[in-house]
Amino acid sequence: MAKVELTKHLFQFFPQLEGKELVIEAATVAEVVRGLEAIAPGITFYLCDERGRLRQHVNVFIGEDQVIDRRDLSDRVEASSRVVIMQALSGG
Amino acid sequence: MSDCILVATRKGTFLVDKLKSGWTPRLSGHPGALVNFVARDPNTGSLWAALGHGHWGAKLSRSTDDGKSWNDATQIKYPAGARYLGTAMPTEDSPTLGKPTPREATVLKLWCLAFGAPSHIYVGTIPGGLFVSRDGGETFELNRPLWNHESRGGDLFTTEGNGVTHWSGTPASDAGDFAPGICSILVDPRKSDRVLIGVSTAGVLATEDGGKSWQGRNKGLLNDYLPNPEAEWGHDAHATELCKGQPDHVWQQNHSGVFHSSDGASTWKKVSEPERGVHFGFPIAVDEKDGNTAWVVPGKSDQQRMAIDGGLFVGRTQDGGKNWEQLRAGLPQKNAYDVVLRHALGISGNRLAFGSTTGNLYVSEDRGESWSTVANNLPPIYSVRFG
Repeated sequence: MAKVELTKHLFQFFPQLEGKELVIEAATVAEVVRGLEAIAPGITFYLCDERGRLRQHVNVFIGEDQVIDRRDLSDRVEASSRVVIMQALSGG
Repeated sequence: MSDCILVATRKGTFLVDKLKSGWTPRLSGHPGALVNFVARDPNTGSLWAALGHGHWGAKLSRSTDDGKSWNDATQIKYPAGARYLGTAMPTEDSPTLGKPTPREATVLKLWCLAFGAPSHIYVGTIPGGLFVSRDGGETFELNRPLWNHESRGGDLFTTEGNGVTHWSGTPASDAGDFAPGICSILVDPRKSDRVLIGVSTAGVLATEDGGKSWQGRNKGLLNDYLPNPEAEWGHDAHATELCKGQPDHVWQQNHSGVFHSSDGASTWKKVSEPERGVHFGFPIAVDEKDGNTAWVVPGKSDQQRMAIDGGLFVGRTQDGGKNWEQLRAGLPQKNAYDVVLRHALGISGNRLAFGSTTGNLYVSEDRGESWSTVANNLPPIYSVRFG
């Protein structure tokens, strides 16, 4: 049961997630995204493109480590993991 | 004539209403988000916006309450297996890479919107896909005959194609994405199965059968940048518009000048008048009744892309491009370096409006004879439509 934290930027599109403790049963990052999609339909296409790849300016951390597999999102998530999804610091 | 101007900007969607006190902008939605295009579906009254979130990708947004609230619409996605030919920059691993190779398509940009028969909505994208809805926007489908067109290498869904594409790219974002883009979609008001599209950079294509087949429509276009200026493909059709009342009159502000067609884009004639400043630019507007009248907002050469000599003017022809006037009344004539992008000049009856990447918005009530300033501090403006 990973504890998932989202950048507040996403709450303007998915207000139902704001203030909610997101605990998702997941063994990989892909399963975290699937779990989020069940709560907030459409969020996958915000985080990933239509090929399922993490968007270029989206970052996911497991603990303090940035995920490696941005294509298949296969990085392992432990039951005690803290997963943080944020926008990269880019743009103007 | 419409009393509302729809303005897409780098930082949100603005609606500008004509009130007794004058044209009045208000931020309608998408604060902080990049908006490429906003338009109203004349069949339903719904507003549609093509967004390009910097982090979260391209999204379609819809308002059914005249811009009071906006919601995500059905999202446009390239189907699995959609590929296009592109040339990658050489890398340390592939220093001689130069041959176009198939790339998986994902939406890089939703660039323009158009409406045809009731419930028909068209979306032009980068990397060069035309998406069509026939159910009012509930579902969108990639037009495969255009995607698989021989001019861009053939069917890459089921084959490796012929390996040759005549469709070059245009910047899709500041992040370096570069691929072909559909920037104009024109539905013939007489027959909605007839659609013209403009592509940066390929040229114009037409379908006469509702999208089952497409043909190039580039005869007479001349480019300044290829070894063969009369090449069939490779034309940078910045903006293409037709006359609603005389749809065989089609106009194009091209990278290499202004072109006019009086035969439905079967043949084009270059009508630029560089000595009057009318040559390079992005947008073009065509009179709704008179196919010989058009307006452009020229820029100084493709190398500088800003107002000519610090003074902003609109070019107008009323005789099919034989002569051009410079309309300057009410526009800044000192220290003005605005550039007006391809979708940022709109027309409704005798009214015209245009916006610049400097955040300036101007309106004319008299066919461009005189202009008034609506706003000076909007975010960079990408699209101006009446609706």
